[in-house]
Amino acid sequence: MDTKNIMIVGVGGQGSLLASKLLGRLLLNQGFDVKVSEVHGMSQRGGSVVTFVRYGDRVASPVIDKGQADAIVSFELLEAARWLEYLKPGGKIVTNTQRIDPMPVITGAAEYPQDLVEKMRAAGAEADALDCLSLAEEAGSPKAVNLVLLGRLSHYFDFPESAWQEAIEACVPPKFLDLNRRAFALGQKA
Amino acid sequence: MKKLILGNAAVARGLYEAGCAIASSYPGTPSTEITEEAAKFPEIYCEWAPNEKVAMEAAFGASLAGKRAFCAMKHVGLNVAADPLFTMSYTGVNAGLLIAVADDPAMHSSQNEQDSRHYAKAAKLPMLEPADSQEALAFTKLAYELSERFDTPVLLKMCTRVAHSQSVAELSDRQELEARPYEKNPAKYVMAPANAVRRHPIVEKRLLDLAAWAETASVNRVEEGADHSTGLITSSTSYQYVKEACGDRFPILKLGMVWPLPERKIRDFAASVDRLAVVEEGDPFLEDYCRGLGLAPAGKELFPLTGELSQNMVAERLGLPVPAGKALEEALPGRPPVMCAGCPHRGLFYTLSRLGCTVLGDIGCYTLGAMPPLSAMDMTLCMGASISGLHGFNKALGREGEGRAVAVIGDSTFVHSGMTGLANAAYNQSNSTVIILDNSITGMTGHQQNPTTGLNLRGEPAGKLDLEALCRAMGIRRVRVVDPYDLKACGAAVKEELAAEELSVIISRRPCALLKYVERKPALAADPEKCRGCKACMKIGCPAISMEEGKARVDATQCVGCGVCAQLCGFGALAGGKEAE
Repeated sequence: MDTKNIMIVGVGGQGSLLASKLLGRLLLNQGFDVKVSEVHGMSQRGGSVVTFVRYGDRVASPVIDKGQADAIVSFELLEAARWLEYLKPGGKIVTNTQRIDPMPVITGAAEYPQDLVEKMRAAGAEADALDCLSLAEEAGSPKAVNLVLLGRLSHYFDFPESAWQEAIEACVPPKFLDLNRRAFALGQKA
Repeated sequence: MKKLILGNAAVARGLYEAGCAIASSYPGTPSTEITEEAAKFPEIYCEWAPNEKVAMEAAFGASLAGKRAFCAMKHVGLNVAADPLFTMSYTGVNAGLLIAVADDPAMHSSQNEQDSRHYAKAAKLPMLEPADSQEALAFTKLAYELSERFDTPVLLKMCTRVAHSQSVAELSDRQELEARPYEKNPAKYVMAPANAVRRHPIVEKRLLDLAAWAETASVNRVEEGADHSTGLITSSTSYQYVKEACGDRFPILKLGMVWPLPERKIRDFAASVDRLAVVEEGDPFLEDYCRGLGLAPAGKELFPLTGELSQNMVAERLGLPVPAGKALEEALPGRPPVMCAGCPHRGLFYTLSRLGCTVLGDIGCYTLGAMPPLSAMDMTLCMGASISGLHGFNKALGREGEGRAVAVIGDSTFVHSGMTGLANAAYNQSNSTVIILDNSITGMTGHQQNPTTGLNLRGEPAGKLDLEALCRAMGIRRVRVVDPYDLKACGAAVKEELAAEELSVIISRRPCALLKYVERKPALAADPEKCRGCKACMKIGCPAISMEEGKARVDATQCVGCGVCAQLCGFGALAGGKEAE
C-alpha cells in the first residue's frame, strides 16, 4: 500500500503530542510501518506547530510535503488554513473552530482572517469543522480537545473501534482515561 | 521487540544496550532527549553538566577510567567543546567514548546552521550519521566497537529530522561490560608537546585504517537501481527524501559513516553511473570530497546550502514529477513563538523596553524578548556573549553606554558561559549592569535542572550554586534581587543600577510559570465597564490578552494571574477573576 499521511497542526502548547503518540500506537498495532515527526524547542512556545504521521508498507521520509497529506487535523482554525497547501487533492481537513490570536493580531499588525472554513472549501478542501473546545469542556476538561479531534478523525479511517480504544488506554494516564474516552466519543458522534 | 521510538530515545537505547555507564551532557535542541531518555536506565549514570566542554571532559575522564562513556550536545555546543575534542583525538580512549552532536538545518531552534561534519574532518575523528531510529540505535552500538577497536572518540551526527522523528526499531538486551583497567600511560594521555608530537602520526595512521574499514563496512552500502543514468550519493535524512522521491529507480550510495570516506567505493560507484549527484543538507561536504577525487558530481548547483531538503525538492531538482497542493490566496498572519502567559521575563523586558535600554541578550526563552511588541533586545550571539559583549560595548562607549545598556542572561546560560564574562567585567572594572533572569530552570529546552536549581537530572537533591554569593565573591558590591512581576521595583532597580558608577548585578528572580510546582493564581478578568480600550495592557505582548470590539479580553484558560497587565491599567479594569466575583 502507498504511504498515507496525516498532519496534526496547531499552536504550541495545545497538546498535539498526545494525538500523535496515540495515532502512532494505533497504526503500529495495525501492522504498518510508521514514522512520526515533530519539532521541539523554540516553536513550542506558542508558535505554529506541526506533527507529521506517516504509515504504510515502508515509510521513508519522516516529513510530509506539499500536496501529500491525506488528512490535516487542526487544533485551531488559522493553523488549518496555514497548512492547506500540504493537503492532497481530495484530502480531508478536520479542524477545531477555536480561534487563538497570534501575536501579530494581538499587537494590531495583522487581522485574523474571516470565513476560513468557507475559504478552505472554496479552495477545494473537504473541511469538517467543529467546536472541539465546547465538546472537550462537555467531556470534563478543555484539555481534551485532542481526543475530540481524534474521535472525529476516526470517521475517515476503517480501523476497528477496539483499536482506537486500546490506543487511548495505552497512551492516557489511568486517572484521565474516562475523561478522554468521553471526549473521543463526543467527537465521534458530533 | 519492535518499538516506535524517537531518534534521540533510540540513541539512548543504544547506549543502554552497548553497556554505556556514564553520560554527561548539556541540553540543547535537538539533542536534549538523548540524555533524558538515557537517565531512565538506572544502569547509566547521567548528569547535566554546566556546559558542553565540561560534559565532554567528564565523559573523557570516565572513558579514561575504563567505563564506556557518552556526551551529547547541539551543533553549537560542539564549538564550546571543541577544545577537548581536538586533543582527545590525539589521546584516544580507554573504554569507548561516543559524542553525539545534533545539527539543526533550517534553525528550528538555533542561532546558526553550521554543519558539524567539518569537525570530524578537522579533528580527524570518525563520524557516523544515522538516517532513522533503527540506525540511531545500531550506530550507537557500532560507535563503541569502533571507538575501542581504533582507539578513538567517535562522533554520532544527528539532525532535527532524525533526532525528533519516531520510527520503528528492534530492541535488544544490554551487554554488561567489565571496566577496562586504568593504567597510567603519560605518553598517551599527557599531551605535552613531546608526547603530542608522537601521537599525531598515530592519529594520521588511524584515519587511514578507518578509511580502509569504511570501504567494506555495511553502513556504507550501495542500493541497486535499474536506471543508471543517475547515481546518488547521500546520507542521513537526505537519504530518506531520495528514497521517497525516487524509490528504487536510481542506484544509491548510502553513507552511514561520513568521515573518513571510502575513496574506492565512491570511485567504483561513480564509474557505474552516467551522472553522479550528491544529495546532502548543509555544506557541500561529500560533494567537495568527490571533487577532490577528480569526480564532477552535481550537488549544490541542484540543492540549496541553506535550510532543509524535502522529498518534493529532491524530486523537482532531479526532474521527477512533484505533487502540488493549493494554498489560500490571501496572506495569513504568521504565528511566531511568544513568551508564555505569566512568563517572569515579561515584566523585566517591559521595563527595559519602557526605559529605552540597549539590551545585549543571550540564548534562551528570553531571546523572545526581541519580538514585538516588547522589542527589547539589540544583540544575541551565543551562550554568554551578553555579559562579555556588554563589557566591550561599555568600554567602547563609556558613560554613553553605561547609562543605558544592560546584559540579560538566564540562570542556566549564566552558569554555562556567563560566569567567566562576569569575572572579566569585575576584574577589568566594567561599569556595567548585568541582569540575571533567574527562572530556576533551563527553560527553552524543556525544563532541565542546572547548578542553580539544587536538583540533579533525575530531580534528586544536589549542590546549589548561590548566585548572589558568587557575584560577591567576584568582588561585585552591587548585587540585588527583584521580582519581575513587580514593575515598580523592576523600574527602580534598573534605573538605579544604570546610574551607579560601578559594576552591578540585578537578579530578576521568579520560577518559570510552566513549572509544575508553581501555583497558578486565579485568572484575571477585564471589566468592560471600566476598560477604555487604551491598549496599555497590550504593550506586554501577553498571549492571554486580546482586544474584542474595542475592549480588552483575558483568556481565562491561558492567564495564570501574574498581574503584570493590571499594573499597566490606569482604570482598574483588570482584576483578579476570583476576587472580582
